[in-house]
Amino acid sequence: MNEASPARAYALHLGVIALLFALSFVLPEYYHGLLARIMVLAVFAMGYNMLFGYVGLLSLGHAMFFGAGLYGAGLAIIQLGWGVPLAFLGGVACGALLALVIGLLALRTTGVAFMIVTMMFAQVFYLLILYFAAWTGGDQGQVVPQPARVLNFGATSLDLTNPTVRYMTALVLFSLVLLVMLAIVRSRYGRVLVAIRENEERTKMLGYDTFSNKLMAVVVSGTICAASGAAYALLFGYVGSSFASVQYSILPLLWVLLGGAATTLGPLIGTVFMYYVIDVTSGYTSAYLLIVGIALILLVLFFPKGILGSIRQRWLGWLP
Amino acid sequence: MADKNGFFDLSKTTLTRRTALKGLAAGAGLAVAPGFVRYSQAQSSAPIKIGFQSHRTGIGAAYGRWYEKTTAAAVKAINAAGGINGRQVEVIIEDDGTDPGRGAEVVGKFATQHKTDIVFGTLFSHVVIGSAPAAGENKMPYFVVSEGHHVASTKLNRYVFQPGITDVKSQIQSMAPWIAANAGKKVTQIFPDFAFGYDHRDYLPPALKAQGAEVIAQIAIPPTESSFTKYFPQIPPETEVIYHVMVGPAVLTFVKELGEFYGSNRPQLFGFMDSLEATDINSPGLEFLDGSHFWEGSPRYAQADDSAAQKAYRAAVGIDDNGAAVGDPKDVSTASHMFGCWETLYVVKKAMEDAGYKGPEDRAKLVEATEALTAFAEGPEHPQGPKTFNGKIHQCFGIQNISKVEGGKLKVVHKTKIEDGLYEAEGDYTKQAL
Repeated sequence: MNEASPARAYALHLGVIALLFALSFVLPEYYHGLLARIMVLAVFAMGYNMLFGYVGLLSLGHAMFFGAGLYGAGLAIIQLGWGVPLAFLGGVACGALLALVIGLLALRTTGVAFMIVTMMFAQVFYLLILYFAAWTGGDQGQVVPQPARVLNFGATSLDLTNPTVRYMTALVLFSLVLLVMLAIVRSRYGRVLVAIRENEERTKMLGYDTFSNKLMAVVVSGTICAASGAAYALLFGYVGSSFASVQYSILPLLWVLLGGAATTLGPLIGTVFMYYVIDVTSGYTSAYLLIVGIALILLVLFFPKGILGSIRQRWLGWLP
Repeated sequence: MADKNGFFDLSKTTLTRRTALKGLAAGAGLAVAPGFVRYSQAQSSAPIKIGFQSHRTGIGAAYGRWYEKTTAAAVKAINAAGGINGRQVEVIIEDDGTDPGRGAEVVGKFATQHKTDIVFGTLFSHVVIGSAPAAGENKMPYFVVSEGHHVASTKLNRYVFQPGITDVKSQIQSMAPWIAANAGKKVTQIFPDFAFGYDHRDYLPPALKAQGAEVIAQIAIPPTESSFTKYFPQIPPETEVIYHVMVGPAVLTFVKELGEFYGSNRPQLFGFMDSLEATDINSPGLEFLDGSHFWEGSPRYAQADDSAAQKAYRAAVGIDDNGAAVGDPKDVSTASHMFGCWETLYVVKKAMEDAGYKGPEDRAKLVEATEALTAFAEGPEHPQGPKTFNGKIHQCFGIQNISKVEGGKLKVVHKTKIEDGLYEAEGDYTKQAL
């Protein structure tokens, strides 16, 4: 294992954050807005990567954690009239609690069974949203009113619908989660997770409580995904059941695979790549999903570890 | 931190440096391909740019295709007659995948990259609701053709309008007098267990009650259901009318199984054409519908008393007397809804001309001019029929058609009045800031 000096790893990540900050001033308006959305969804991908990349647990149900954050924050404003900070925390708490419960149940399984169990729980979550349509808005979803999406600090206020505020808020969330992920990956706890992924039995033999460590990983992963969902509701003003559908469980898997599983920056790269391929190709053909499929096949063939994973394997072994 | 045992190896294919660089270059090329500066600001002599948020893929694709055809026909007619304020109309299409997340991105793309004057054409309710915040934040007039009650509910924002098609609450309310007078007084509803069905579940009972009839049972069927026979014993025997609004591919099975359940001795059937849009009424399994009645927004089949405007509209869009594409009888249209694209574009034309619209800086004027509209007369611009418009709730009200299935065709047997579909406003968009 090639290890970077802490300074080099942190410099790279701070450089990426600085680049994203600088892009805010040079990107055309449309791509400025799109990148804000991508950063929020990259947080979702980072949460997914925590479990899939570092623990080796392939979940097909992470849309429920994103959805828990989305609905937790959105409904807190729409139904309970909470302010933005409290609603965000409420959304994150919903995701954390749900992840704890799901983790306790789903971690009794492994491998394919874990995939199926997480997918089934996510389907239950999705159907509950439809069932309680009177509160959730069902399949149509609900708008989070624009006047409610304002952060008040005494006499000053931050309007989350303002493109610059939205971009910077997304960047703050992304940066925070990215640095937390880097810290986790470099920590003793991160090494234990990788050990579990590589050989759980041996890790147990070494005296580690693998269940507790995996449960903690599920909770952290779910919490990060919920933070992404809560931010999405507050920044983009819509809560809808499609964000809790199976499609949104598969998307973070694709983003992570594209960017590079078990790399800290891979989720961002994968999300950006996928978004841009869809955005560009849909302008030329309605068969853009075919092109996306071909792009995925090419990536699997030529970048089997994802973009950043392959780069790390071949050239930059120190990448975290 | 590199994994050692190849956990993430999706293939064992080797990668050369040259191949990797080629791949990276191709990826980078794709990323910058859209051309950031291709689209320039509209000027007074430049075309009016209309962003068409189309359901080209996803569950709404059948509707999206016909919405595009109708829109193209309307724009051709408008341009042939001199355009809007003397400027030609250009339509820019973006696919939203019938997905609310992508829908919001598309609205943002129209506003900030294509810099269109308006966004138009969305049908599916969840896409409209998902996209509405982006329209409001970009101060982009957003003219939808959705028939959902979401616009009229005043829960969206001041930039969202539905002036070319009536909403489902109004449609349901309009049906009640005819059902009570002609079909029966004891009604059992069968509807899909999601929002479209809930509109019918919630709005029909009070409308029927006002006519001296009643809903005696409501049967919600989960959207994942593929067989329906087990639900039919829940239909009370005293039922005089079955009111059904099942949608999606399973509707053929639903009708077939309902036919097998009842045989020739069935209650009256009343449905909404949403169930069978883009579907041939003569498809195998639909024989049981013979003699039943349907709501239609605009008639699919040419009628003996069609107005000259209706005939001209059908010819312009390219649908034959059976409501299918001219030259392709199997390509059945979405006639009950797509006329809304045609009529909405003429409302946009009228409002832009009233506002003296010159460019995006006049969007607020366009909103106010649209809100000031009150009525649209039947004619070439509104071939479906006359309409009134409530500027406070951004919603039009119009006539509805009730058609009977006879000999494999739909014949209009009743046209409702505009007043049948009016209801109390639930709010007032004009009080919101622009």
